Amino acid sequence: MAAPEASDAVEGTEDRRTVPWLRIVVGVVASVVAISIPFNTAPTDNLLIAQVFYLAIAAMGLNLLTGFNGQISIGHGAFYGVGAFTAAILVTEHGWYLEATLPVAALLAAVLGVLVGFPALRVKGLYLALITLGLSVLFPRVMAKFVDGPGGVPLLQPKRAQVASLIDGLADDQYQYFVCLVVMVLMFVLAWNLMRSRAGRAMIAVRDQEVAASTVGINVAAVKISSFALSAAYAGVAGALSVMVTRVADASNPLTYFQLSIEFLIAVVIGGAATITGPFLGAAFLVFVRKRFEGTEAMAPALLGGVLIVAVYVLPDGIVGGYRRLVARIAQARSSGAPQPPSATPAADGPAISTPST
Amino acid sequence: MDLFFDQVLNGVGTGVIYASVALALVIIYRTTGLLNFAQGEMALFSTFITYWFTEQGLGIVPALLASVVVSFVGGALIERILIRPVEGAANPLNVVIVTLGLFLAINALAQLIFIKPGQEALQMPPVFPKGDLVFGIRTATVGFAAVLVVECLLLYVLLQKTKIGLALRAVASNPESSRLVGINTGNMLMLGWGLAAALGAVAGTLAATRGSGFDSSLMQQVLVYAFAAAALGGFDSPLGAVVGGLVVGIADALTIQYIDALDGIELVVPFGLILVVLLVRPNGLFGRTIVERV
Repeated sequence: MAAPEASDAVEGTEDRRTVPWLRIVVGVVASVVAISIPFNTAPTDNLLIAQVFYLAIAAMGLNLLTGFNGQISIGHGAFYGVGAFTAAILVTEHGWYLEATLPVAALLAAVLGVLVGFPALRVKGLYLALITLGLSVLFPRVMAKFVDGPGGVPLLQPKRAQVASLIDGLADDQYQYFVCLVVMVLMFVLAWNLMRSRAGRAMIAVRDQEVAASTVGINVAAVKISSFALSAAYAGVAGALSVMVTRVADASNPLTYFQLSIEFLIAVVIGGAATITGPFLGAAFLVFVRKRFEGTEAMAPALLGGVLIVAVYVLPDGIVGGYRRLVARIAQARSSGAPQPPSATPAADGPAISTPST
Repeated sequence: MDLFFDQVLNGVGTGVIYASVALALVIIYRTTGLLNFAQGEMALFSTFITYWFTEQGLGIVPALLASVVVSFVGGALIERILIRPVEGAANPLNVVIVTLGLFLAINALAQLIFIKPGQEALQMPPVFPKGDLVFGIRTATVGFAAVLVVECLLLYVLLQKTKIGLALRAVASNPESSRLVGINTGNMLMLGWGLAAALGAVAGTLAATRGSGFDSSLMQQVLVYAFAAAALGGFDSPLGAVVGGLVVGIADALTIQYIDALDGIELVVPFGLILVVLLVRPNGLFGRTIVERV
């Protein structure tokens, strides 16, 4: 899993020196834009972007599991829901600050992730999808049974003051934007570093060749279960942040969490599985489609479903993968000396574009 | 005891629907080797087609038959156009994604095409007359069971007694060898998907006419139970699907009646079943063991 520099080396040393500069410039510009956005846009837009941030965290969680570790899950809506309800219950009934509930949400979601991870040791591929499907279909019904919301509906709404800005100078929407941004950046950097570490390479090895991985001393079972736990924790944090922005943890519609699970998968596939920037781009796409077709009941799912199918044919490795192939083709056209085959499988290394700061 | 028998019969009624959808899942699994997450929504769309035909003035039975024909063609086209290109892809994720995309898209399309704005639940006349036949057994239950028997007989004759059925089974067991002996594998896969869609049309229409009305969420719960039924019977066994469907249907009816602790979360039963079967006996009760070479 050599860094992108390895592939750039073919084109000569010139690129190796210029690429970091390009990245630094892009990073600085992106940071400035990210920090200035909340002061220059309407509050509703800020919350919309905050939504992109926390959905990106959930999509990254699924990406760690499905993209990097090769385990399919359509149950991540349930982990997200665990996070949402943990945060909502702690805030409404125990008077916690929402920010303080994030670790608890992550932990509880991770515990559920471990529980699902065990059957995943024996059950693979399509069957695993089936079991995780059960998780996301069951979750809202379990909540409906055991959570006493107002009027018997499993719907917890923290008061405005309970998720308000803790910093005096910032309006609520700006504050929520920044909390989501900071948490997302932290979790994306964590994921990026993880995938370049020994543990991350073990995850990729288990995905690519389980038997070979075990023969070089990787504990396949431990890697799979911890991947599930980590992935679930990401989704849990996203769920807790969603309560901060939407001020509601809602299980009144039994299909919400199943649809969310599919939407996370859409974000990962459209953005680019096994990439770092992909889940963010996918989440942005998701929020855009949702917003664009707000109010028209069935248009958004029709379009998302259609795009999902088309994406599998046209952009099998997502937006990021398509961009990489494009870059590789241009590079190939330029350097006639050493032709470089564009990689068919999504490269499983760090981001080739920029740090995911916006 | 009367209550018990009532619930068992009730379970048989729903079990027939689960068994039909499970049969469709099994047919697709055997021919294409994938779990069709869109099966329920395909059946939903077929149900809406039946509804459309009844709106045009057809009786319910002719409408159902017409819908079966349309669904057969539609299922075959879905296989040819959407599934074929990703079949045999190295990454099983791709096929899952396509069927999930179909799930979203078909459900949404059905709503866009057939449901007028503001319309809540749709109504269709029942396929079988209401009321009792004999000994307090409802006509509908007997009729449903008869439909399942007819379905099984037709499938049996088609698969075991005709040349097309032989070819279909050959493709399911070994696509490459069957291609070598001159079978058009592609056509057989389309046939498999067409059959599955036709079965779905029957199951969907029965499910829709069973209660007071139906909407676009009709088949989502049914699909879950059908998956449980197919897992229980073994994903590659038609007989298993039928037995599994009836078992799941009866178990569900009895759970609702007798286990108060699971009130509202009856879905725990089918999923518990799926989990236990996949963990303890992954090939189901009637399935074949597949030996995997590394």
